[in-house]
Amino acid sequence: MAPVLEVSGLTTVFHTRTGVVRAVQDVSFSVEAGETLAIVGESGCGKTMTALSLMRLIPMPPGEITAGTVKVAGTDLLTLDEASMRKMRGSQIAMIFQEPMTALNPLFTVGRQIAEMVSLHENVSRRVANDRAVEMLQHVRIPAPERRAREYPHQMSGGMRQRAMIAMALACKPKVLIADEPTTALDVTIQAQVLDLIDDLRKELGTAVVLITHDLGVVAETADRMIVMYAGRKVEEGTTKDLFADPCHPYLQGLLASVPRLGASGSQRLREIPGVVPSLSDLPKGCAFADRCSSAIGKCLEAIPPLEQKRPGHSAACWVT
Amino acid sequence: MSDAWYYARRYPLGVAGAIILIVFVLTALLANVVAPFDPLTTNARASLAPPSGTYWIGADMMGRDMLSRMIHGARISLAVALGATCIGSGLGAMLGLASGYLGGWFDLIVQRIAEIMQSLPLLVMALVITASLGPSLTNTIIAIAIPLIPNVARVIRANVLSLRELNYVEAARAVGMGQARIALRHVFPNTLAPLIVLATAQLGSTILTEASLSFLGLGVPEPYPSWGRMLSESAAEYIRSAPWLVIFPGLAISLVVFGANLFGDALRDILDPRQGD
Repeated sequence: MAPVLEVSGLTTVFHTRTGVVRAVQDVSFSVEAGETLAIVGESGCGKTMTALSLMRLIPMPPGEITAGTVKVAGTDLLTLDEASMRKMRGSQIAMIFQEPMTALNPLFTVGRQIAEMVSLHENVSRRVANDRAVEMLQHVRIPAPERRAREYPHQMSGGMRQRAMIAMALACKPKVLIADEPTTALDVTIQAQVLDLIDDLRKELGTAVVLITHDLGVVAETADRMIVMYAGRKVEEGTTKDLFADPCHPYLQGLLASVPRLGASGSQRLREIPGVVPSLSDLPKGCAFADRCSSAIGKCLEAIPPLEQKRPGHSAACWVT
Repeated sequence: MSDAWYYARRYPLGVAGAIILIVFVLTALLANVVAPFDPLTTNARASLAPPSGTYWIGADMMGRDMLSRMIHGARISLAVALGATCIGSGLGAMLGLASGYLGGWFDLIVQRIAEIMQSLPLLVMALVITASLGPSLTNTIIAIAIPLIPNVARVIRANVLSLRELNYVEAARAVGMGQARIALRHVFPNTLAPLIVLATAQLGSTILTEASLSFLGLGVPEPYPSWGRMLSESAAEYIRSAPWLVIFPGLAISLVVFGANLFGDALRDILDPRQGD
């Protein structure tokens, strides 16, 4: 099966007064229809910038996508003009954001906002668009969708708004859905519901999902495959099962060690990764993680390790392992 | 219709404001019918006549009926106030929206021009404009509207700057909306609240600016009456001997401003769905 989203060599930089910030460097991955790919990493590692680059929502200037291709069903988004790109957003590739509380316009009813999005992409009457909005709200399991469609965002809870956002994002049946930390701002109980919902809709509609998160628990539950990013680069890729069972890169090993485990003795402290992510405008010559890595060797400071296949379907960028 | 009734009960002060404005506008429109005398006919014997059965609120130094002059003056004063406020706020809002949303060099140029305009007092600007255009009703409206533009533009721009960083603007882009559509349909409606407050506040000052212009001979030309000029002409000379010449025009201006503020406040609340239920 051909992948529906194919990203290769994606590089995004920001030109700032203090120099060039390399937010995303040479990132490649692909997602098949109906598959969930997770992008994980800590704050500032380039997850969101990758997502925004896919949507071409990077503010330009100062941002610039300097290299790479982003193919959705064979069309390279990065070569489209702005008008064609607008048509792609929402209809082919859609995105939901971290903060559902402010992601809807407070002055319009939820139903109207979804309907507006439908009529933007499809040449349908207002009536049909409104019906579709109600149908989508029902799809995302909002009770009493006809009534809810006539309500304003402030009348809904955070979880409900996030579902409304998902309804809007999926209203035109996009091939790819990018979910940027969709559950970070929600209660734990609501988190599970929203993740289940995204998962069910993925199966039902065959949407390819790119899930961006720093929550490894979420990844373990929902993703088929995952990529790990560090300082703007992809450092490890493989199936979720494989990566959790046997991480190759010391960064992922560190991340997994910092997750609390049931059954661990109470007095045991969680292991942390010492240090902080290096500044993206002043990256070291060698491996960006070398400073914080306990198993770093001389070579790590000298040259950037290439991404190598360590096992079938599992690759990592590390000189040591 | 049931909506109107609901809002009327919810915002009684807004209804009061609306009634005040409607009464004044109707008076202005029907001036020829309701005015008891011709506002321009002089009568030497009635000069400075105090309020009486014939002249309900007195007569001015030329013996012209004050009530009739007030009623006819409503036409000019309201035309100037509403016209200048609408034009000034409308153009200012569009400029502020474009400036704040587009940013970049456009914003830079618009804001520098606005600063230059703001460094001149409103009256001086209006004076220069009327002096170059010549006195007439339309020119007065234009002359008062133009100095309002930078104030409105700056307030709206500041508001738009914070609005455009909100998630729903990015979300709107993420579902494929164009910039113009986002700016007009999603950002602009959210700036209406400060715009209404600003516009109602400016309504009063436009009437007073017109008064000052008329006093200097650059407003609506004599002998046509306007509240502002009636007030400014008689204030110094007759405040002690014939106070009705000052009190009633002043009262009319205050009432219009008061009514506009009450109505504006209610309108702002009604337009904000968060104030409902």
